[in-house]
Amino acid sequence: MAQAAIELIGINKSFGAVRANRDINLEVARGTIHGIVGENGAGKSTLMSILYGFYQADSGEIRVGGKPVSINTSNDAIALGIGMVHQHFMLVDNFTVLENVILGAETDALLKSSIAKARSELERLEREYGLEVDPDAIIEELPVGLQQRVEILKALYRGAEILILDEPTGVLTPAEADHLFRILKQLKEQGKTVVLITHKLREIMAITDTVSVMRQGTMVATRVTKETTVGELAELMVGRRVLLRVEKGESKAGAIKLSVKNLTVKDSRGVTMVDDVSFDVRGGEIVGIAGVAGNGQSELLEAISGIRHAVSGEVMLEGKPVDLTGKADPGELRDRGLAHVPEDRHHVGLVLAFEESENSILGYHDDERYLKGPFLNVDAIVADAKDKIEKYDIRPGNPRLKTANFSGGNQQKIVLAREMEQDPGVLIVGQPTRGVDVGAIEFIHKRLIAMRDQGKAVLVVSVELDEIRSLSDRILVMFAGRIVGERGPEATEGELGLLMAGVEHQEAAE
Amino acid sequence: MDSFNAVVQVLDSTIRLSVPLLLACLAGLYSERAGIFDIGLEGKMLVGAFAGAAAASVFHSGFIGLGMAILISVAFAMVHGFASITHRGNQIVSGVAINFVAAGSTIILGQAWFQQGGRTPALQPGERFEAIVWPGADALRDVPLLGPIYSELISGHSILVYFAFAMVPFTWWVLFRTRFGLRMRAVGENPAAVDTAGISVAWLRYRALICTGILTGVAGAYLSMVQNGGFVKDMTAGKGYIALAALIFAKWRPVNAMFACLLFGFLDALSIRLQGTPLPIVGKVPVQFMQALPYVLTVILLAGFIGKAIPPRAGGVPYVKER
Amino acid sequence: MSTPYAKLPAWADYGLIPLINLSVAFIVAGFVVMLVGENPFRAAVILVEGAFGRGTGIAFTLYYATTFIFSGLSVAVAVHCGLFNIGGEGQGYIAGLGIGVVCLAFDSVLPWWLTFPLAIIAAAGMGALWALIPAYLQARRGSHIVITTIMFNFIAASVMVYALVDVLKPAGSMAPQTRNFLPGAELPKLNWIIELFGAKIRSAPLNVCFILALVMAFLVWLLIWRTKLGYEMRTYGHSPKAARYAGISETRIILIAMVISGALAGMMALNPVMGDQHNVALDFVSGAGFVGIAVALMGRSHPVGIVLAAILFGMLYQGGAELAFEMPAISRDMIVIIQGLVILFAGALEHMFRPYIQALFASFSPKAVGIEAVKGKGA
Repeated sequence: MAQAAIELIGINKSFGAVRANRDINLEVARGTIHGIVGENGAGKSTLMSILYGFYQADSGEIRVGGKPVSINTSNDAIALGIGMVHQHFMLVDNFTVLENVILGAETDALLKSSIAKARSELERLEREYGLEVDPDAIIEELPVGLQQRVEILKALYRGAEILILDEPTGVLTPAEADHLFRILKQLKEQGKTVVLITHKLREIMAITDTVSVMRQGTMVATRVTKETTVGELAELMVGRRVLLRVEKGESKAGAIKLSVKNLTVKDSRGVTMVDDVSFDVRGGEIVGIAGVAGNGQSELLEAISGIRHAVSGEVMLEGKPVDLTGKADPGELRDRGLAHVPEDRHHVGLVLAFEESENSILGYHDDERYLKGPFLNVDAIVADAKDKIEKYDIRPGNPRLKTANFSGGNQQKIVLAREMEQDPGVLIVGQPTRGVDVGAIEFIHKRLIAMRDQGKAVLVVSVELDEIRSLSDRILVMFAGRIVGERGPEATEGELGLLMAGVEHQEAAE
Repeated sequence: MDSFNAVVQVLDSTIRLSVPLLLACLAGLYSERAGIFDIGLEGKMLVGAFAGAAAASVFHSGFIGLGMAILISVAFAMVHGFASITHRGNQIVSGVAINFVAAGSTIILGQAWFQQGGRTPALQPGERFEAIVWPGADALRDVPLLGPIYSELISGHSILVYFAFAMVPFTWWVLFRTRFGLRMRAVGENPAAVDTAGISVAWLRYRALICTGILTGVAGAYLSMVQNGGFVKDMTAGKGYIALAALIFAKWRPVNAMFACLLFGFLDALSIRLQGTPLPIVGKVPVQFMQALPYVLTVILLAGFIGKAIPPRAGGVPYVKER
Repeated sequence: MSTPYAKLPAWADYGLIPLINLSVAFIVAGFVVMLVGENPFRAAVILVEGAFGRGTGIAFTLYYATTFIFSGLSVAVAVHCGLFNIGGEGQGYIAGLGIGVVCLAFDSVLPWWLTFPLAIIAAAGMGALWALIPAYLQARRGSHIVITTIMFNFIAASVMVYALVDVLKPAGSMAPQTRNFLPGAELPKLNWIIELFGAKIRSAPLNVCFILALVMAFLVWLLIWRTKLGYEMRTYGHSPKAARYAGISETRIILIAMVISGALAGMMALNPVMGDQHNVALDFVSGAGFVGIAVALMGRSHPVGIVLAAILFGMLYQGGAELAFEMPAISRDMIVIIQGLVILFAGALEHMFRPYIQALFASFSPKAVGIEAVKGKGA
């Protein structure tokens, strides 16, 4: 093996109580492409931010080119020849390409010579790596793929020998992604070292020489790419978690309560996030949507609940059409029997500065039960909140306490209690147990099944494959904004993992 | 010929009235381009005006006055920086606070030190900046057309007037031709890009605020040492806010800023000139209408009815390093 | 806005930290007093005695406080909806026009208790109207409400100069103001209440507007914490995303909050116009709209806090007048400095001392900084 470009030894990093990185060891050989895979929140980005000087490790050692170094600022990293392409581009949108490239790497106090130097440098880089881009173009007028190329050019202009790319293909079309990979291969041939962070296994297999797998803050394995399979990596990524199987009987699926046809949703940048998706949810069944985070599940939930406008699609709620392209707002959908437990309870599902009882009516504050004319019926609200606190075992059991003072699990129960107790016909739940302690997980799962048994239509989106398998009567797998497969609850983890990685989808498409 | 002379006179007072606006507007340009909202231009001008006139009359030197004006104004800019950069406080609130402290302290200190009801002593020759008469201005005065333009409009202003107009190309040059300008514009648009490029966001913003302080100091000095020959309480009379309006009107660009300030200065000059004089066609226009026009125009601009004023994207938001 | 800091017990949050911020503001003000060569402690004594020492002083203090309660409430209502209404000055000023028209029209026909309600409606209506345009531009066209409300302050000033000089000024008069109102538009004084306690009052402008201000403070409390509308405003103020999730219309809630805020700002004009001067004069608001910012910041946007902060500022205004009398080096403009310092330390620098307080609390008892927070006074 060639000499190591980077060695990380025993890296630890905590944010408060969260241990983002635990005792990480990593060695990346010079002139190779090294992949780091793992689910969202596995600690990949934190690790790379430590390497780039954005954060400092609590303990551990970093060696670059065999020498121990301390990287306290991005400047240190740049000086050591480390360049980073961030997931969210660090570009000034109304600057030209040249201005972005020289920012922070100017030769002197005036721009003239810097710009001249950069212009000729960019020409050289274009020749050597095929990194074409108009140096005088304004960034915001460039397509995303070219913006990313500017980020790479920025790093190379600063003399980067080691290039870190954080989820580089998340915003790219397949063609743009292929072009990026050709560029990365060329960089490797020129002797540069590339570290590629991704959760897409197809990319790992296509381009890397070696791959490391992270899970829950630890580095669980490192493999030579040629000697491993997508199946093995998927398993390593997801891990053999403690199975939390919930007892449940057969589903008695009834009439269709939520029907989605040809739903297409774009995000604020205009990128298609949900692409022509169709599915039904019947009363008395739980439909789970599995998928690696960022494949359109969030946008799907937001569109169905009326928070985000859809571009097109026909949606029927309890047999009646809903216009999700701008007409229906969340309040109207709620009135028509759709309850929504959002993925982001901190900013969307709850107002953390509110008292518990105030949050227990959020979205239902129009309800007569909670009002006396234009006034809030505080006694009724508090009594109602107490009732839910008892039913859902929310602790501490004080409805006048600020919501921020409840633990994650109890906050989630506040949201669940609010949405479930409204007796909705359709319940959609995003990440039902994210950041929730084990005891609460079981409780929440039981509640969801009880809803099903009462004949409600339940749609669950989760990145936890185990959760999806244990709850769902039917499993839909989302990949790149599309539903790429439907399986029963008996589907194996490996089978679903392949679908989630888009493997079958890709093969079918080719 | 009378009406021609009247036009020249209106334009001459347009220039005089535009100068404090222009200096304050360019001052605001530095801080807002760096991502710091500054509604404290008014207050910084006021303390500059006071410090300038006070120091000039005590030390009998216009230049010591100017230096003091700049020094005190920069100090106030640093308070704004301390609150909004170091402590990530609300920039609007901090600006309001500075305006109040300035309004109150200039009167209190003025009264305590000079006992003239908040005024500073009238400045003597040598303590203020005199008009500079250009060569041949007197000789050419009687030449038709060009004579008055040369001797009234171009010649006969104080050094600070020429400084203010020279600051327009200079600011443009700093903004678009220097490393500091590049970084300053970047930090106002996307501070994270600046941070990851290894540049200190805070220090960059502080430096931009120093530029702001210098220019508001000069603006204040102009008011008390050129236009007025002494400090009078509340002498900025909302000029800092008009400068803010001009800055929006100019879409945060230096050359536009000059035209916006000249426009607002012209409206002011016209309203003084036309006081009570009926105009053809429209009849008598209330002075107040002309005085309100800068603000009305700015609101219409802000509403997006005549082009869109897009402020620097990171403006008003404290930078917190996060991922 | 979420604070990036750990939690403190409510009494420290709502009591200790504002107190520390306020103290620092006064200490700095004390240095200014020293700078002009006076003794800050003696100044403080004169100030407090001037404000509360005699019946007349108390009445004046409460008279000033009345205006500040209105303007403080105006700022607070907007703040609860996440908006910064810096236009109270202009909204109050323009409301004077509405009051003036009502009073001039009815003061010879109606008794005060009929003119007053009409004037309240006119004041609130004009203030609301003046806030409505910036609100609409913010909600629908994204124009920054701080800038537009500042602009509207100046436009209001021009409108008022025009109205007073060219329209409402009686023929033959030189002063830019309306004629004096007849008794039908003069509000009764409340000085007898203070006299009940045995104090003597020579002449002070404390009037029924004080009661109106207290009623409005109660109504604002009711609105913010006890009505559906207030609930919606607070939700939007804390988290626009959660408001969207809850089906609250952004446009509607911004418009309503600003209309209420503007109406309150407008009502502050009643106090000086009908209660004291009995005419509409140039610059009668004289900065009271801006004092509202300091009052709301200090009162933590809670009506009880606002009433207390307004009385504090009333005390500064009244005591400041006495101070100017006793110490020639200090004029009433000292108050403007204190006001600025309060805004600086209680507003822009409100978190400056927080980390130290937290460290202090943590060193005494680690638990105090943890979960065991009691319910806030915002209940």
